[in-house]
Amino acid sequence: MEQSVELRKEVETRLKEFDVQAYTISVRRKDAIFEIVGIVATILVMLFLLVISLDLLIDGWTRIKDGSFYTSYPSRFPEEAGILSSWVGTIYVMAGAIFWAVILGIPAGIYLEEYGGRGTIARIIEANISNLAAVPSIVYGLLALGVFVYRFKFGESILTAGLTLGLLMLPVVVVSTRESIRRIPRSIREAAYALGATRWETLFHHILPYSLSGILTGLIIAISRAIGETAPLVTIGALTFIAFLPPEPWENFIGMLLSPFTVLPIQMYNWVSRPQEEFHTNAAAAGFILLVIALIMNSIAFYLRYKVRRKYQW
Amino acid sequence: MTLSIGAKKAIDVAVFLFLMFMGAVSIFVTFAIVWVLVVDTVRFFTHPEGGGFPTSIIRFFTETEWTPTFHNKQIGIWPLLNGTFLIAFISMVVAVPLGILVAVYLSEYASWKVRETVKPWLDFLEAVPTVVYGYFALLFITPILQRLLEPLGVPVEGMNALSPGIVIGVMILPYTASMIEDAFKGVPQYLREASYSLGASKLRTALLVVLPAAKSGVLSAYLLGFSRAIGETMVVAVAAGMYPQITANPLEPIQTITGYIVQVALGDLPFNSFEYLSIFAAGSTLFIITLILNSIAVYLKSKAIGY
Repeated sequence: MEQSVELRKEVETRLKEFDVQAYTISVRRKDAIFEIVGIVATILVMLFLLVISLDLLIDGWTRIKDGSFYTSYPSRFPEEAGILSSWVGTIYVMAGAIFWAVILGIPAGIYLEEYGGRGTIARIIEANISNLAAVPSIVYGLLALGVFVYRFKFGESILTAGLTLGLLMLPVVVVSTRESIRRIPRSIREAAYALGATRWETLFHHILPYSLSGILTGLIIAISRAIGETAPLVTIGALTFIAFLPPEPWENFIGMLLSPFTVLPIQMYNWVSRPQEEFHTNAAAAGFILLVIALIMNSIAFYLRYKVRRKYQW
Repeated sequence: MTLSIGAKKAIDVAVFLFLMFMGAVSIFVTFAIVWVLVVDTVRFFTHPEGGGFPTSIIRFFTETEWTPTFHNKQIGIWPLLNGTFLIAFISMVVAVPLGILVAVYLSEYASWKVRETVKPWLDFLEAVPTVVYGYFALLFITPILQRLLEPLGVPVEGMNALSPGIVIGVMILPYTASMIEDAFKGVPQYLREASYSLGASKLRTALLVVLPAAKSGVLSAYLLGFSRAIGETMVVAVAAGMYPQITANPLEPIQTITGYIVQVALGDLPFNSFEYLSIFAAGSTLFIITLILNSIAVYLKSKAIGY
């Protein structure tokens, strides 16, 4: 009993001493300090992006403004070297990658969302795709080296590179397809079924058109990542000194597919890893161009997403 | 154009089969990855230059040097693992505190407008090609480190583990931060409101209510970031050097598993040679490590849904 009386007295004196106002102020101050720290951290991250862009721009400016940089082949002489074969190669390889990603990824996404339901096959595929998304990109390079280059005998070609990057893009395309289809309410499907449409009619006349811009957004984001992807292409042994262009596809399609190639990030890697500083200028210029491509792609994706949000409000 | 009901049904089945087949292709891809890694790793361990089957596995785990491309072939994986984990560890030192700060700020403090302005830039940061980050590590961060540390008498090599580690930390940050933010978003609003109604401040609510509730989501985000740092290739290939060694000093050149694969792949690579097979053995190790980390992350994430 005595103890509890003592305890109560102590609590009372403590409560009397407790300065509510000072406590509130200190709590608010801590809150404000934390908010500022958060803002600073966020700004720091954005600043990093700005510093990278400026660094590349300043280092590579003499080459970026030089028109011949875009129209010359790589060379032993840094001031004569250019990115003609690498940007052409990037276009060919990305065309292949987009083809495979679209052909494989969009149907897979539709299947999982529209047909799969809770079935076993669908669940296996789903788990599998989320696993694939987390596989390091260089492992895709090993897959390409072991399977496409040596076992299928495609060689170190545009075909191999397109396939590899297409597979790398696959998880992103599947996930974004699923997400944009999921956004379409059930009522749309039920309305179509009620009018006697079959599943594929519903799919082609309603589901796909409504989700198209969402799918496109995901595809563009996947492309913007794949363009800068270097590791899997280095692994398949993409040559870096390519002083010719692949044959034009309308003249010799197979020849184009099996042609050796180089792409922008590989050309940049080649220049960075040389000891001569003059080549680093070229690397910076190539890097800045890659950065600009990524920025454009992301802006398009951002705009599309914004448009979708305004167009369809279910 | 009107089709008969039979034709429509046939198309329905055909479309269904086509979609399912395309979905199943992803399974083939996984099988192909596992198959190629297993087959070539087995060949590596049975290759006479590695000492044949049981010896080579023992050497793989007991030797302390990694030199399959030299005349005197040593095949201990530890130097590569040392480099890989050293870099991943440095990157987590950067990404863990910054990631939680950015995520807490964006999800608990920032207004909708600020969030909508910041997020596209974080997305963009994720799309910056890794070889560009490599350039930045080698020719921007490393010189800064040299200028900062050398007056203090600390020698910094031109190739070191610290600068790619820092850069990878910032590189995985948008990815981790947005996953942590998603985890925070999953915490029901009524928990925050209950906390506010008891007089707790935003900070107290964020750190003592939201963070514990989103604990497994946050952990899983960090694990996925860690796994990404382990698999990161171009930054380390450019800026970390090509010297596999066992060291805890981040200012010395090291080599990671991914860096080794790039180094060997750049050279001429006869099919089925010992060098060729060694990158598959290294790649399998990498694959297994990332698979384990990802599985734990997925398990943690599945546990997170409790409200």
